[in-house]
Parts: sequence; C-alpha cells; structure tokens
Amino acid sequence: MQELLTFTIIGLSTGAIYAVVASGLVVTYTTSGIFNLAHGATGMLSAFTYWQLRFDWDLPAPLALFITLFVLCPLFGIVTERFVMRGLQGTTEVVRLSVTVALFAFMIGLANWIWPNDASREAFLKFYEGNSISIGGFNVSWHRLITFGCAVVVAIILRIVLYKTRMGVAMRAVVDDRNLTELNGGRPDRVSMFAWGISASLAGLAGILLAGDQQLNIEPLVLLVINAYAAAIIGRLKSLPLTFLGAGLLGLLDAYYLMVSDESWFPQTAFGFSLSGVRSALPTIVLFIALLARPQSRLRVGTTKLREENRVPEWRTAIMGAVALVVVVVGISGMLTRSNTLLLLNGFTFAMVTLSLVPLTGYAGQMSLAPLTFAGLGAIAMSKLPGDGNLVTLVVAIAIVAIVGAIVALPALRLSGIYLALATAAFAVMVSKIVFNQRQTFQTGNITVPVLRIPFVTIDTPRARLILASVCFAILGLIVVAVRRSRLGRRLVALKDSPAAAATLGMSLTRTKLAAFAISAGIAACAGALAGDKVSPQQYEFTQSLPIVLLAVVGGVGSVAGALFGGLLLGGNSVLATIVPTVKNLTKIGPGTVGITLGRNPQGAAAQIGDSFRPLIEQPRLIAVSAAGAFGIWALDATDVISHWSFFVASVVWILAVSPNLPALTAAAPGRRVMAGAWLTVGLVIAAGVDWSTALDATGKRIILIIGLVALFGVGAQRVVENSPRVHSASPDLAGLDTNFSREDIELAEQKIGVVL
Amino acid sequence: MSLLEVRGVMVRFGGVMAVGGVDLDAEVGQVTGLIGPNGAGKTTLFNVISGMQEPTAGQVFVSGVDITREAPHRRAKRGLARTFQRLELFSSLTVRDNVRVAAELAAVPDVDGTVDTLLDKVGLSHLAASAAGDLPTGSARLVEIARALATMPRLLLLDEPASGLDDSETERLGGLLRELAADGLGVLLVEHDMDLVMHVCDRIHVLDLGNIIAIGTPNEIQHDDAVLQAYLGTS
Repeated sequence: MQELLTFTIIGLSTGAIYAVVASGLVVTYTTSGIFNLAHGATGMLSAFTYWQLRFDWDLPAPLALFITLFVLCPLFGIVTERFVMRGLQGTTEVVRLSVTVALFAFMIGLANWIWPNDASREAFLKFYEGNSISIGGFNVSWHRLITFGCAVVVAIILRIVLYKTRMGVAMRAVVDDRNLTELNGGRPDRVSMFAWGISASLAGLAGILLAGDQQLNIEPLVLLVINAYAAAIIGRLKSLPLTFLGAGLLGLLDAYYLMVSDESWFPQTAFGFSLSGVRSALPTIVLFIALLARPQSRLRVGTTKLREENRVPEWRTAIMGAVALVVVVVGISGMLTRSNTLLLLNGFTFAMVTLSLVPLTGYAGQMSLAPLTFAGLGAIAMSKLPGDGNLVTLVVAIAIVAIVGAIVALPALRLSGIYLALATAAFAVMVSKIVFNQRQTFQTGNITVPVLRIPFVTIDTPRARLILASVCFAILGLIVVAVRRSRLGRRLVALKDSPAAAATLGMSLTRTKLAAFAISAGIAACAGALAGDKVSPQQYEFTQSLPIVLLAVVGGVGSVAGALFGGLLLGGNSVLATIVPTVKNLTKIGPGTVGITLGRNPQGAAAQIGDSFRPLIEQPRLIAVSAAGAFGIWALDATDVISHWSFFVASVVWILAVSPNLPALTAAAPGRRVMAGAWLTVGLVIAAGVDWSTALDATGKRIILIIGLVALFGVGAQRVVENSPRVHSASPDLAGLDTNFSREDIELAEQKIGVVL
Repeated sequence: MSLLEVRGVMVRFGGVMAVGGVDLDAEVGQVTGLIGPNGAGKTTLFNVISGMQEPTAGQVFVSGVDITREAPHRRAKRGLARTFQRLELFSSLTVRDNVRVAAELAAVPDVDGTVDTLLDKVGLSHLAASAAGDLPTGSARLVEIARALATMPRLLLLDEPASGLDDSETERLGGLLRELAADGLGVLLVEHDMDLVMHVCDRIHVLDLGNIIAIGTPNEIQHDDAVLQAYLGTS
C-alpha cells in the first residue's frame, strides 16, 4: 500500500510534466494548425538556458527562472511564429511538419554547439534539493510537489486566459474559424503569436522541471515531446482537460509499470525476447493505441490546394540522368581520397533512404518519420539471412522488410496527415526501444552487414563500394520513375491531390497507401542492406530519421533528383566539418537552417536548379557545347595540366555557373554577351588555374569556395545578360515587326490572346 | 425499383439538423434536379449518397441494394460517381491523367480510347496535356465531369456543375446532360442556374432547411407556392 502511494505520487508528478508540455502543443496546434514537433526541443533549450543562468553564472533561481520563462521563451516563441511559421499558411501538411522538423534539428544543433556533450558541467539541481516533506508516512521531495503544483497552476491559468480574457476569446475564435475572425476585426496573426509565446514558456517550464527530475541531457529532454504527443492525442489535439487527464494516466502507467517490473513474478522475457525496452517505449505504445482509437478520419473536401507541381519524369531524361550519375561517380571516384570516398558513400546511403520518401511523401503525400527504421530492419535482415550478402539475400531482405512495413503500417493507414506522421514516429521509437535492443538483432551493440556479392565482380575497396552505391541509387531511381509513370503512380498522386475525389472514383485509399508504404519500406531496406559495414542501432533511431525527412523535402521530395540532392547534402554536411571548429559547429545547425526557409520554396532545391537548366536542355547544340566543355576540363586533368581539385572546382563552375547561362548568352545583345562571357571566363580561369589541392587545406573550405565561385560568377553573369533589353518582351504587337517571329514570340502572343493556357 | 432510393436520411451536426428525413429517387435515363436555397442541405445529401458523410438515420439504396454503410470506393464500383462543388481535381496531374486515373480504377477495357472519347465529349481535347491545377473554373468543372464519366457510372451526381461556366459552356453542358440521360445514365443534379435546371431536368426535388418541400416536373415546380415562398420569402 505504502509502495502504491509512493509510485502514485511519482506517477502524478511525471504526468504533471507531460501535461505542461502537451498543453503547449495543443495551444499552438489549435491556433495555427501547426503541430510543433520541435516543442520538446524548445523545452530542452530552455532547460540548458536555465542551467547556464542559474548554475554557471550563479544568478538567483527566481531571477534565472523569470528570465528563462517570461523573457527568453516567449521571445523565442514569438520570433518563431513571426518569421518561420507565419509563411506556412496555405502550404501542405508535409511542408508544415518539415519546417518544425527543421526547427527541431536547428535547436539540437544549437544546443550541441553551445553546450557540447563531452564537457563536464556542474550538476543541475532540483528545486530545494534534498528537502522533502512527509505525506502519509512517505517522503515526497519538494521538487515533485513543485512539479505537481506547476501543472495545477498552468491548468488554472490556461483556463482563465482562454475563457476570461479578451485574448483568450480571440484565440478560441481563431480556432473556430480563422477567416471569420479576421473578417470580424480579429487579428489571427497576433493571436497565433501570443499562442506560440505561451507555448514556448510551457515547454520551457516542463524542460526545466524534467531536467531536475532526470538529468540535463539533450536526447531525453527532446524525446519528452513524444511522451507529450500521446497526452495531446488523447486530448484529440483540442481539449485541454482531456490532455491533462491523458498526461496523468501516462505518468501513472509509467510509475506502476516501474513498480511491478521489479516484482519476481514479472516476466523479463517473452518468447525469448527481452522486455527491458518496454518501459521506455510505453508512451509511444500509448500514443500508437490512442491514434488507432481515433475515429476514421473523414474525407474532407476543400483541403489545402497544393502549391507544388511535379512533372511526370520522362524516360529519356531519367535514363540519361542515371547513366550520367554513374559515369560521373566512376570518373571522380578515382581522384578522391579515402576519407572523401567514404563521405560520398555515406551521402549515397542517405540519398537512397531519402529516395524511399519520394513515392511515399513526394507522390502520395503521406508523411513518414521512420525511413531509417526500415533501413535498420533491412540491415538486420541482410546480416542475419543466409547467403552472406549475395543478390538473392538482398532481394529477400527487401521483400521481407517491405512486407513488414506494409503489415505494420496497416493499422495506421486509416489515419492521415499529422496523425499518420505521429503513428510512424511512434513506430520508429517502439522499434528502436524494443526490437533493436534484442540479442537477436544487434546482439553486441553492432552488427556487420556483408558487402553485396555480385557474380564476377569483387567489391572490396571503398571506391568499388561507392560505385556500387551509385549504381544502386541509379537503379532504384529508375524504379521510382517507373512507379511514377505507371498506373500506381497516377493513383499515388491522385491520393495526394484529393483523397475525397480518389475515393469517390473507386480507389481504395487504404490499399493505395499500403502500396506506397511497402515500396518505401523496400527502398529504405535496400539502403540499409547495402550498408556493407559495421552498423549500430543508434544509426537508425527516430531522431536520425528527422534530418532525412527534412532534407528530402528541402531537396525536393517530388523527384529522384531532389532525393539525391537532399541525401548528398546531408552526407556532405560532415565534409564542411573539416574546416575549422567554429564552422564545424555551424554545420550542426546547417540542415535545420536550410529547412526553416522551406516555406518559401516548397518544391525543393532540386526543382529550382532543374528549372535553370530547362532552356539549355531544349537546345541540343548548347548541350553539346556544355558536354564538350566538361570533357575539355576532364582532359586537362587527365593530362595532369591541372590537379584533381582544380578539375572538380572547374567542372562544378562549368556545369552550374556557365552552362545554365549559355542560352541567355547566345540570345543577349553583343555588348552584354562580351561582358558576361568575360566574367564567366575569369571565373573558369580562377577555378581551373589555381591548384586548389595546395591553396586550401580542407575539403570543407574547397566546398565553400566552389559555392562562392558558382554564386559569384553564375549569378553575376545571369544578372548581366538578363538586363539586356528584349524588344519583343514588351508587347506581342511588336513581335514580327522588327525581328522575325521566334518560338518565344509565338508563345507570348498566344498567351496574351488566350488561345493556350 | 429506382436506380437510387434515399429513404428517411437525416444528418445532424451537433444541434443543427442539416438534413431532416429526406426521401428521394433518381431514375435510369432521367435527369433529376435537386434545388434549394443555400444551406438547404443539398451538398450534405450528396455526401451521404457518395459515402463521405454517415447519416444519423435513414438508408440509401442503389438498385435495391442497401449501401448506407459502404465505403465511398465500393459505391463507385456499384456505379456511383460524383463531382464536387468546391473543385477536387488532381491538380498536379494533367487533364488527360485525371480522366485516365478514373478509367483505370474502373478497369475499362480500352483506357486510352475511353479517355479520348470523354475529353472530346466535354470539349477539352485541346487541353489534354495541361496541368489540371492551371485550368480556369469552367474547364475544371468539365474535367470533373469527364473524370466521373470515366468510371462508367450508372448514376452521376453533379454538384453545381454550371457555376463558373459561361453561357455557351452552360448550354453545351445542358446538351451533354440530355445526351447522357438518353444513353441510359441516371443524373442527379444540384444546380443554382434555374434556366439549366428547368431545361434539362425530368423531375425536380426542392429542398429547404433540410426537408423536401416539393417534387414535380419543371413546370409544376415553377408554379408551386411552397417553392416560391422558400426562394422569394413571400407569404
């Protein structure tokens, strides 16, 4: 009885923390429609800030608390709303969610930078450390009482704010109908800002309380939010009382499980599998169940109309791209140092995992936060199955994981949008807590995945593995293109664009989603199975999946090129870390930073780059010029006139800065043509003429140099040629009078007259 | 036995009775009109028939089979197809692929031929390669109709197909509807354009505040006191 009371108190105080976090989630979701995955990270950052003020700089606790919770947190929330979230009105759920993932990655990076994991820090003390009072014969620490008290106070304050104040009424009005509120003179933006401010403070409070309860570490504090997801979902993302109830139940469940798991009768294993991870997975299990208990999501009409648009990939372009990729990799792999080869190899592995999101997220619009989980399962299957990594083993491993993916996804498929994303998050955490810690999977912490064995080919060097990875990516990419061009591909896109229309036309949404999940799981499994190295379960954790999802969307999840771009960007991130320590820290916040700007370019970077090449591709003569130039630069390298690095720098400048400008150059007025041409030539001479392998000492610096050169000369030349006056652009009436009709003129005229769209 | 029989369908949203015990029939080879002032419950009734909204009470039969609890995609297999008042095109697909998806879902024998015929029928062949998201409303509505027809339906539910169409397009639509009915298709039409409704419908149901207040031929409806009152508010 005594013990039960003890654990009840522990449970309620844990539940109190969950309640505070979850209420913050609910407040922002209801007022801005954005489910803030970074909510826990805000709490983490706030706990570290408090530690800094209170224990490192020795401010008195009340002052430190005040600064953290009532100044910095609200400020952070407001800035986030104003500069990041506000631009997201009218974007898709995938983009909205990705931006919070970006924020999440940004904050983790920031915390890692300012408070490195390895530094020893003074202890984070509980409030009134060591003090306790006796309740019913049991000692309860003041910290627990304060925690519990905080939850009660938060509940009361939220109730008063929402129901008794003007702002609260406005907040509830925004929840009901944002547009109507605006028409009636309400200011939804300001209301959202206020909500984000409150929410950040709530996260901050929870973070500080939790850090005292457990310890000051990034990971557990961040994952706190997953536990809060469960409570928020129990509250159906709108009811605060239900959220508090859910949080309480969650806390109690955890405490009671802890209580009974020590008993001798409690099983430590089931069917030969260890149950040690179950406790830490409890909140996610509850989350999963709570999600499944949701009523079937209704088919809605008039949901966000999508801004993104992706063309159906042409076979010709796809095959040319695949061949070019492999040729380029074969070409440059001979020039790379071993460490750079491994980095690029890593990039390709990421690219394959990212590719797994193209059919699922890009085509079908279904968000998965668990791509690496399937990669992990693929790696396990490849290492455990007989055959020592031959092709049959690979195919079987992919098939098994695809089937597992489909089966596991099955119950979650009646969900959509954010609920589906959360279910995949829950799945990812459950698998890493319960499956990856088994003796049967990652027995000693890591396993060796055999290198793929192909008849008559030996793959034993990093270079060979890199080429293999590029070939595999090319093949998988072509498969994805084939999917998009197929009947299934059209169904996937239909599912994304209008589930309601798709269903009323006779499409089983569940079956289509199932296919998307199976394909996606299969591709991710392939990436995992091709690891060809020692792998550890940490590589496949939920938090590692988030940057992949993020960069997939940044690169452009609607296309294979976008996946390649995103994956290489993620792999290349560690290249930048070679420069100097400060820049190394910058790279930690890199992925997050690029993602935060996503709202402005929802189609992804690859689409943007692709667009700049479109005029070039339409002119075979100029493609030939471009190819000849690239070959010329390669010839300079092959004859040892320039170094490998100079070749690389010059090639990138040629391909990214010169080639896209060729069509505009040929069309520009002579004076401008000469100017722009000269400018580009200077750029090329600098790129090829300087021996960058000695001029700069780190790969990262050279990458930055390349980006700088491309930007300086490419954009510079573009500015020059685009300023040239084009006679016919002013009025279609003039076209044909002073010059002959060009194709452009005809198109323009047709547009103006309205004969085509 | 009618093609579509709606019996006592009631939909309640919280305290609001959106549809209150409606009976409605649509016949093979006829255009059945469903009119009524804004908020009368027309779209809600459409949602119940197409399976997007579960009714609080009542039943829906297609050719005598009770489909009240069936999922939308199963109803499509029974020959139900609909368009949407707020457009629901697959905006990132081309016009052609919009129609093609539907034809493929219905497993028609000659997908390409069917798509060509339908695009021609609604007069959109020249736009086949455009992205559906770029179309003006009028053309988009026609794509929705072509897409619904591609599932080879027996009953076509049209939710305000003429809104956004200009006069000549509307006239063409009217002709198309008559043609479809002549081919043996049942059409249930929700529309505000009274000219069109009166011209193409065989029978008209008038819905007001969730209840059917009149049923009859266009001529009867035009002279019905209850209808005039609902529309004009005269007493």
